[in-house]
Amino acid sequence: MILPTLLPLILQQQDGEGGFFFPPVASDLAIASDSLFFTILYLSGLFFAIIVFTTLYFVWKYHHTKCPEPQPSPVHNNTIEIIWTVVPTILLAWIFMEGFEGCLARKTPPPDAYEIHAQGRKWSWNFTYPDGTESSVLHLPLGKAVRVNLASSDVLHSLFVPAFRVKMDVVPGRYEQLWFTPTMLGEFDVYCAEYCGTNHSAMITTAVVHSQEDFDAWLSEAGDFMTKLSPIEAGERVFASKGCAACHSVAGVAGIGPALNGRFGQERKLSDGSSVTFDANYVRESLLDPTAKIADGFQPIMPTFQGQLDDDKMRVLVEYLKSLQ
Amino acid sequence: MTLDHKRLGLMYLWSIIAMMFLGGAFVMLIRAELFSPGEDFVSADTFNQLFTLHGSIMVFLVIIPSIPAALGNFVLPLMLGAKDVAFPKLNRMSYHLYVMGAIFFVASMLATGLDTGWTFYAPYSTSESPAHRAILFAVFGAFVLGFSSIFTGLNFLVTIHKMRPPGMTWFKMPLFLWAIYATSIIQILATPVIGITLLLVAVERMLEIGIFNPALGGDPVLFQHMFWFYSHPAVYIMLLPAMGVMSELISTYSRKSIFGYRYIALSSVAIAVVSFVVWGHHMYVSGQSVLVSVLFSAITFFVAVPSAVKVFNWIATLYKGSIRLTSSMIYGLAIIWLFGIGGLTGLWLAALETDIHLHDTYFVVSHFHFVMVGSAIMAFLGGIHHWWPKFYGTMLNEKVSLWGASLLFLGFNLTFLPQFIAGTQGMPRRYFDYAERFEGYNQISTVGAFLMGFSMLLIVANFLRSIRSGKPAPANPWGAVTLEWNTAPIPDPHNFDDAPVVGDPYDLSIFKWDEAEGGYVPTRPVPGLPYIALPNADSTESQH
Repeated sequence: MILPTLLPLILQQQDGEGGFFFPPVASDLAIASDSLFFTILYLSGLFFAIIVFTTLYFVWKYHHTKCPEPQPSPVHNNTIEIIWTVVPTILLAWIFMEGFEGCLARKTPPPDAYEIHAQGRKWSWNFTYPDGTESSVLHLPLGKAVRVNLASSDVLHSLFVPAFRVKMDVVPGRYEQLWFTPTMLGEFDVYCAEYCGTNHSAMITTAVVHSQEDFDAWLSEAGDFMTKLSPIEAGERVFASKGCAACHSVAGVAGIGPALNGRFGQERKLSDGSSVTFDANYVRESLLDPTAKIADGFQPIMPTFQGQLDDDKMRVLVEYLKSLQ
Repeated sequence: MTLDHKRLGLMYLWSIIAMMFLGGAFVMLIRAELFSPGEDFVSADTFNQLFTLHGSIMVFLVIIPSIPAALGNFVLPLMLGAKDVAFPKLNRMSYHLYVMGAIFFVASMLATGLDTGWTFYAPYSTSESPAHRAILFAVFGAFVLGFSSIFTGLNFLVTIHKMRPPGMTWFKMPLFLWAIYATSIIQILATPVIGITLLLVAVERMLEIGIFNPALGGDPVLFQHMFWFYSHPAVYIMLLPAMGVMSELISTYSRKSIFGYRYIALSSVAIAVVSFVVWGHHMYVSGQSVLVSVLFSAITFFVAVPSAVKVFNWIATLYKGSIRLTSSMIYGLAIIWLFGIGGLTGLWLAALETDIHLHDTYFVVSHFHFVMVGSAIMAFLGGIHHWWPKFYGTMLNEKVSLWGASLLFLGFNLTFLPQFIAGTQGMPRRYFDYAERFEGYNQISTVGAFLMGFSMLLIVANFLRSIRSGKPAPANPWGAVTLEWNTAPIPDPHNFDDAPVVGDPYDLSIFKWDEAEGGYVPTRPVPGLPYIALPNADSTESQH
């Protein structure tokens, strides 16, 4: 009774919200990739069933209580060896071809794909849109091919969105890319899949798929926040989009890096024993050359923001830090 | 200080078991932490150090030396009817290098809190944090361990080439020897590459020459190529000996000649050769060129064929046999299934499209544990149970052995089957914390892991009890016909009084179970079987 209803739920490719094996199916690539997954599942399931059934059957049939003596039987047979070499070879070659074709599609983004730059760093993601808008959350338009260009500020990371079935390593010193077309509205997890140190498992953000209209609205609102918002609010936006909160608390708790609230204007002790005033110049230096002055008790591991923050953004960041109590 | 291969084999055996418990203790902490999301027992940094220790110890100190160095050392010269390996002193040096390398490796990882994972990927491993500045120590330990592995491989290769007794042609060798032979080739040719890689890491650190670190102008992907050029063949250093043990177990306990001897023998060599050109399948999402990925994918599917052929031949061996479900046979049958799952799940990872989603998730974690633990470690244990009577001249308590094997099998499946689903659902590996929706899979996994831990304690307690008060073993308790069973219950230091007579290693019809004797007796006069003829020869009478 239960099995006939349960088995299809496990063994059939599901769309929409996913199923036993998979999270939501939210991109064109997910449909293709799942379909090959289930094809291999059926094939290997069949082989595995044969293996299990024959071993159990032989053990039962030829158990020494039933067969105290082995019966004469051939110890080799070239025909059968050739059959069970050639048949798997053909099946494997076919699976290879299927995987190969899927891979080619994944490697050739359409020329008019919408481009987003993704910067990975310990331990946050930053996404930059064609008009220069930045966000720590990956906003995407529904039904539009998106190409994500990937770069790293420090070590290896890997951008992984299970719902889209996409993953690509982010390698320092070069650019990588991936592309897909979101096919479902909603919010999906974005993970880092390549081990990158202490907070590897917290290097998480969200991919939000909007309708084209909502996406455009978000983009125009997010794009000119520098002119529309007060410096403090704008600074807060920059702080969030650059992923500063991954290491720096604004609630007084020391994390990977020192907490930043109530620090502005104070003296700060450095790891070499000297001290420095936490002022605009110190903030600026810490952003551009983070290892120049290390706060006492912390590791020199902050990535540089050289070339990623212009003077305006640094100015509003300083205003924001000033405002934190 | 002994030069006897049997003593050295047992020294390896206990060192490896000790290391297995150390690596196992670390994973118990990991699984306890992962029982629920959030921080429970250890911090994120400690967690990262724990999985680094677990992986490094289990790969470099347990699985790679397990069957070749422990069982190989004990059994290989006996199977060849030889007095010892070709270079006994080199053999002892291998063991000393293993011990020194192991102590140095583990001590330096513990002292520096190394947290790179066992893969040591650049540039994380070469960045400027105190733990990573000390990576040179761990790297040096791994370097020393590499030489231990190379020397063992060299020794076995020469021994098999030069010391086979008259009459034992290549195709009359037991399949365990074929497997060890193929393994030795990989050990000698692949291990130097990891040595070179580790040396380059040191050169980069000390001389600041950019090799792997992009900050100095190096390429981190190059590190992955060099690392996997060793570490993929190393998978077969772990697996081929396991397949060799399998062939002995399945044939002996089915009382039947192994089916398709030549195909199994040659498939070992085919695997050894092809295993050198599949490393890039670890790197489909690393940024290597598409063309390269395509070639590696094709060759990877190709290497699956000889493995499948072996499985089919083992199953065919059962046909029309007289099967005894001893504990060793339980391990053997379990491996057919577990290796089946390990191998078949490899198809999703070899296919270019499906690997993208599964790469670096728990699917991969589960896949390689099915191969490395479900196949290699299970074969190691099956082999220990099979050859144990020769180790100390005593029998194991079979009932406890059966419980140990069954609980381990159950615990293993509980641990790793849910991880496949956690992986397809998208849980990345090396995660200290995870989303709520992965909790169920992780809880089953943790329960399974503790069951595995318990069954390992049971299995080793059984070993210790047998040494203290086990029943004396007959010379040939399983009625096997390979030459190691043609020795005293505890083999003499010189192994054989006279050069043994070589026959078909799988002609099991020579022996027959005799209910009255309670053991195996020869069915026909066989020249040169002084001990086998006496199934109940008491080990206490042997000179040792």
